Amino acid sequence: MPGVSMTVNGKAVTGEVEARTLLVHFLRENLRLTGTHVGCDTSQCGACVVHLNGKAVKSCTLLALQAEGSQVTTIKGLAKNGHLHPVQAAFKEHHGLQCGFCTPGMIMTAVDMIRRIPDLDETIIRQQLEGNLCRCTGYQNIVKAIHAASLEMKGARA
Amino acid sequence: MTAPLVGASVRRKEDFRFITGQGHYTDDISRPGQAYAYFLRSPHAHAKIKHIDAGAARAIKGVAAILTGADLAADKIGGLICGWMIHSKDGSPMKAGAHPALAVDRVRYVGDHIAIVIADTLAIARDAAEKIEVDYELLSAVTTPDKAQASGVAQLHNEAPRNTAFQWELGNKPETEAAFKAAAHKVKLKLKNNRLIPNAMEPRAAIGEYDQGSGGYTLYVTSQNPHVARLVMSAFIGIAPEHKLRVVAPDVGGGFGSKIFIYAEEVVCTWAAKKVGRPVKWTAERSESFLSDAHGRDHVTEAEMALDAEGKILGFRVKTLANMGAYLSTFASSVPTYLYGTLLSGQYAIPAIHVEVDAVYTNTAPVDAYRGAGRPEATYVVERVVEEAARQLKIDPAEIRRRNFVRKFPHQTPVIMNYDIGDYEASLNAALKLIDYKEWPARKAEAKKRGKLRGIGFSTYIEACGLAPSAAVGSLGAGVGLWESAEVRVTPTGQVEVFTGAHSHGQGHETTFAQLVAGRFGIPLENVEIIHGDTNSVQFGMGTYGSRTSVGMTAIVKALDKVEAKAKRIAAHVLEASAADIVLENGEFKVAGTDRKLAFHELALNAYTGHKFPTHEIEPGLKESAFWDPLNFTFPAGCHICEVEIDPETGVTKIAAFVAVDDFGNVINPMIVEGQVHGGIAQGIGQAMLEHGVYDPESGQLITGSYMDYTMPRADDLPNYKVGLTVTPCPSNPLGMKGCGEAGAIASPPAVINAITDALGVKEFEMPATPLRVWQAIQARH
Ligand code: FES
Ligand code: FES
Repeated sequence: MPGVSMTVNGKAVTGEVEARTLLVHFLRENLRLTGTHVGCDTSQCGACVVHLNGKAVKSCTLLALQAEGSQVTTIKGLAKNGHLHPVQAAFKEHHGLQCGFCTPGMIMTAVDMIRRIPDLDETIIRQQLEGNLCRCTGYQNIVKAIHAASLEMKGARA
Repeated sequence: MTAPLVGASVRRKEDFRFITGQGHYTDDISRPGQAYAYFLRSPHAHAKIKHIDAGAARAIKGVAAILTGADLAADKIGGLICGWMIHSKDGSPMKAGAHPALAVDRVRYVGDHIAIVIADTLAIARDAAEKIEVDYELLSAVTTPDKAQASGVAQLHNEAPRNTAFQWELGNKPETEAAFKAAAHKVKLKLKNNRLIPNAMEPRAAIGEYDQGSGGYTLYVTSQNPHVARLVMSAFIGIAPEHKLRVVAPDVGGGFGSKIFIYAEEVVCTWAAKKVGRPVKWTAERSESFLSDAHGRDHVTEAEMALDAEGKILGFRVKTLANMGAYLSTFASSVPTYLYGTLLSGQYAIPAIHVEVDAVYTNTAPVDAYRGAGRPEATYVVERVVEEAARQLKIDPAEIRRRNFVRKFPHQTPVIMNYDIGDYEASLNAALKLIDYKEWPARKAEAKKRGKLRGIGFSTYIEACGLAPSAAVGSLGAGVGLWESAEVRVTPTGQVEVFTGAHSHGQGHETTFAQLVAGRFGIPLENVEIIHGDTNSVQFGMGTYGSRTSVGMTAIVKALDKVEAKAKRIAAHVLEASAADIVLENGEFKVAGTDRKLAFHELALNAYTGHKFPTHEIEPGLKESAFWDPLNFTFPAGCHICEVEIDPETGVTKIAAFVAVDDFGNVINPMIVEGQVHGGIAQGIGQAMLEHGVYDPESGQLITGSYMDYTMPRADDLPNYKVGLTVTPCPSNPLGMKGCGEAGAIASPPAVINAITDALGVKEFEMPATPLRVWQAIQARH
C-alpha cells in the first residue's frame, strides 16, 4: 500500500492507504479524527468539509494521496489553545445546530466563506451554503451565526 | 435571586462537543477487532430468488462470512414486525406480510436485503458482494397505490389479497351522508401527499457485538428509542433475552421518525456478531439510506366538505389510499389511521366526519412515520379543502376559519380526539398581524406591476402529540404503552444525574431537561447531567418521537417531586424541625421563618452519610424514579401564513414571506422551540416545493436515489421565517407544555400550496411545486 504524509491540525502524520482511500476516510479511520463526517456519497452534503492549505474542500471528493504534503485543518483543529473560534462560538450563541451532524462541515465552510468574502449578507451567505445540507435547523440560525461571526471577526481585524 | 431557568433561552449544554468535532455518533465508534458489513441488496423491484451462489465471494481473502436468509431461519431468528394492530371495517385483523430481515425466496423492492457480507475491511466486503451470484426470476412490479388493488397486477404477499393490508374507517357514515344532503355547498378536492425520503443527515449505522464470556450482546445503533429496539429484538425477533441485550444509541444525527423503526441491518449485525466472533459494523451509504430508510407520506385522497350557506362546515368525508410499501414497517399501520383520521376535524367544530383508508402494498420501500406522521397528511387535506371552500363561497380565508373554530373546551370531535384547550382565534390574529394582512392587496398589486403573480395561503392546524395515554392507544391497537420513565439521582456531593428514556437527537434535551432540574433545586445548570440512550443506564423508556417530550419531562417532574419530599424529611431531622416547615428556596432547604438552613449539597451529603436521621425510617441515599403515563394527547395548534411570488415566464416560485404563530403551551426554552419550528417549516416547504420520492412505474427503480435527484431544501431555497407564540397552558401535565417538534412540518405544506393555487387561480395542484409544474399550470390556464 502506498504511503502518504501530510500535516493535520498542525501535526505531521503518515499512513498507509489504498490508492482508492478518500481523504475523509484517512482522517476518520486512520487518524481517528471522527469530527469530520460523511453524509453522502455524491459530494453534495458538505458534512466532510475540511481546509486543505487554507481552503475549504470536501474531503470525500479527494483521495488521501492527493493531500500528500498538504496542510489539513479539521474541525478538531479549529479551536486554538482551548479558545473556540468565533464561528464555533457564534453557532452556539445563535443556536446554529441541533443534531450537530452537519455542524463540522458548516463551520469549516463558514470560516472559509468569511475569509474569502469581506462583506457577507444574508443573501450571499445563503448562496455560499449551496454545498452544505442541514436537515434540522432550516438554516435560519446557521445564516444568523455566520453573519454574526463575520461581523465580529471584521471588528477584531479593524 | 437569579432569573428563572425555565422559560429562558439558555444556550445548549450539548453544543460544545458538536462544534468542536467531539460528538460520538455510531459511525465514530470503533470496537476492537471489528469487521465491516456490506449488505447485498436487491437490484429488482420484485423477483423470486432461485439460487444464491456465494462460493467465489467467500473465497476472497479477508471475507469473514456471508450470511443469508437461510442462515437466519436456521437460527430461528424471527422477522421484523409491525407493532400496531389495525382492524379493517369488517372486523378482520390487518394482513401483515412476512418480513424476514434477509430475504428468503423473494425480494419485494429495490434495496431489499439479500445477504450480509462481513470482511476485514469495507472495501473487501464490497468487492466480495459483487462476486455473489443471485439467480432471480423477475416478477412484474406495482409501485403506485392507485394501481395496487387492480386485478392482474403483481401480488406482493399471499396473506394480503389485492395487495390490501387493511380497509379502515373512522367516524359516522350515516350522519355524514345526512350532513351532505342538508348542505348548501359541497367542496371537493383530489389531493396527493407526495412520498418523502426522510434524510436525517447522519446515515443509519449499527455495530453488533457479542461477549462470549457473559453471553451478552451489545448493539450501538442510530436509534430514537433504544429500549423499544431491545424489546422488539428480544421478544419478537429472538436475538437474545432483554437482560442479555444492551442497546446503545449514542449521539444521533437527526431522526425525524426514520430512526424509530427496527431495521433489518441492526438485527442482522447483532446476530452475525456471535457467528463471526467479532464486532460487526455497518454504516449506510447515502444511496442505501435512500433505498432502505422507511419513507414517509404517499397518500392519494379524495375529500369533500359540506357547508351551509354561511360557510359553516356541516360534514366532511375523506377517502384515502395509503401506500405502505413492500412490508409493514414498525409503526406503519398507525400512521394513515389513528395518527391521521383522528385529526380530520382540524381546528373546526365539525358535526359529522367519516374517513375510509385503504392501506396497500407496493414494490417500494416501506413507508412509516416521518416528521408529523399522519398529521401532516390530515392537515393537508383539511386546510386545502377549507381554503378551497373559502374561494368557492367567496369568503375571506381567515373569516371562514373564524366561523368554524372550536371555541368551547374541552371539545369532543367525531373522530376520537378530545381537545383540552386552545385559542385558535388568538394565533390567527397574531399571524395576520405578523404578515400585515391589511397590506396584502397592496403587495399583490405591486407584484403584478413587476409582472409577478403573488398569492397568499393559510393553514390553521392542530396536531395531537405527547403520545399518549397507554390505555387509549392500547384500545386502538398499539402493542406498547406510551408512558415515559425517569430516574433522578443526587450524588453525595450534590450534583444531579437524570436518567431518561427520552432520547435526544437534536432536540436539546441535555439543556431543557437540565433547566427543569436546576431550576427546581436552585443549583447551577452545570451540576446537572442528563443521561439517555443506553439500556444499561436507563431502566426503560419509550423514546423520542411524536413531540412527546412533555411525557418525558413530566416523568422527571414526578421523580423530582419524590426527591424533594424525601430531602425535606431528611432536612427536618438535620435541622430539628417538622418536615412541613421545610421550604426549598434558591438551592437551600430552610426552616420557614428562621435562619436555619442546609445548602443543597449539604443535604445531599447528609442523605448519604445517614448520621443525622433515623435510617430505619428514612432510607439513606437520594434517588427516585417515576413513570408517567399521559392523561391525554396534547394539542399544539396555530396558524401559518405563506406568501409566494411566481415568475409566470419560468414558473420559478419564491416564498416571499412566511409567518408562523404556534401555541405550544408553556415553553421551557424559547430559543430551542424556535429552532424546532424553523426546521419543521423547512421540511414542510421541502415537501411542498422540492422533495419527491419517485419510483419508475415500470421497473420499480428508485429514480430519486441520491442528492442529485432528490431535492433537499438548501439555504437559498428557503426564506427567513417570522415566528411567534401564543400560550394556552396544557391542562394535562404539570408543566403545561404541549410539544413543538412536528408543528412546522404539519402546518406549512398546505400554507404553501394554498398560496400557489391562489397566485395561479387554479383549484388543484400537486406537490412538489417545481418550476416545471407551476409553468405547466400557468400554460393550462390559457
Ligand atoms: S460526505 Fe462529502 S459532500 Fe457529503
Ligand atoms: S444540525 Fe442536524 S443536520 Fe444540521
